Amino acid sequence: MNDDPVFKALADPTRRLLLDRLYERDGRSLTELESDLAMTRFGVMKHLRVLEDAGLVVTRRSGREKLHYLNPVPIRLIHDRWIDKYTERRVSALADLKHKLEETA
Amino acid sequence: MSTMIQTNVQVYAVFIKASPEQIWEAITKPEFTSRYFYGSLVDSTFEAGAPYRSWSPDREKLWVDGEVLDSDPPRRLTYTWRALYDEETAAEEPSRVSWEIEPQEGGVSKLTVVHDQLERAPKTAENVAGGWMYILSGLKTLLETGEPLSS
Repeated sequence: MNDDPVFKALADPTRRLLLDRLYERDGRSLTELESDLAMTRFGVMKHLRVLEDAGLVVTRRSGREKLHYLNPVPIRLIHDRWIDKYTERRVSALADLKHKLEETA
Repeated sequence: MSTMIQTNVQVYAVFIKASPEQIWEAITKPEFTSRYFYGSLVDSTFEAGAPYRSWSPDREKLWVDGEVLDSDPPRRLTYTWRALYDEETAAEEPSRVSWEIEPQEGGVSKLTVVHDQLERAPKTAENVAGGWMYILSGLKTLLETGEPLSS
């Protein structure tokens, strides 16, 4: 699966804010999500659409309402593919450097 | 995940380059679940009304006990879920797990897991929140590469 839509979806502060709001409380309607955003309903819908296309948000019908759920699986896949691979050595190298610098200071 | 306010419904989805039949097999055969589901061995006939059980890798302990509510291979499977591997979750009311498999274009299937009816199972809700993400990521890796995720 292509990672591009996930990176693109995450590269916007409003969309990250929407994810954070779903993280705080999952399963929200559009009305709830737009309530304290300084943005038109249409604007919020557009951002949600990008998040949905990237698989970061999944919608389910509940009666007449469409509820939005945070789906963390694509972030986990990015983590497995991109973060794990590079961080282990780098982080330990930085930790060593910090240790050395602090020793000589 | 401890700061997250748990709701009564959790939804997880992943696109997997595999047929619905392959995904169904991965969900219902212990030789598959042992490779992505914390080593557990699934045990059920997957017919409505039959028990749904999941055993520890050595088959000594029953980890999950439930009942199949709905089974429509290879598209939909629903069962009740009571996690016995933890004292606190074992004491709670059963919740419900649904797997939905939808074929997409290009040999890809969308797999959605809905864990709901968690109203009377707050400890279970907390317990499974990180788990499903790990399991679906591992299932995707297993089906697409033939190898389990390195832990």
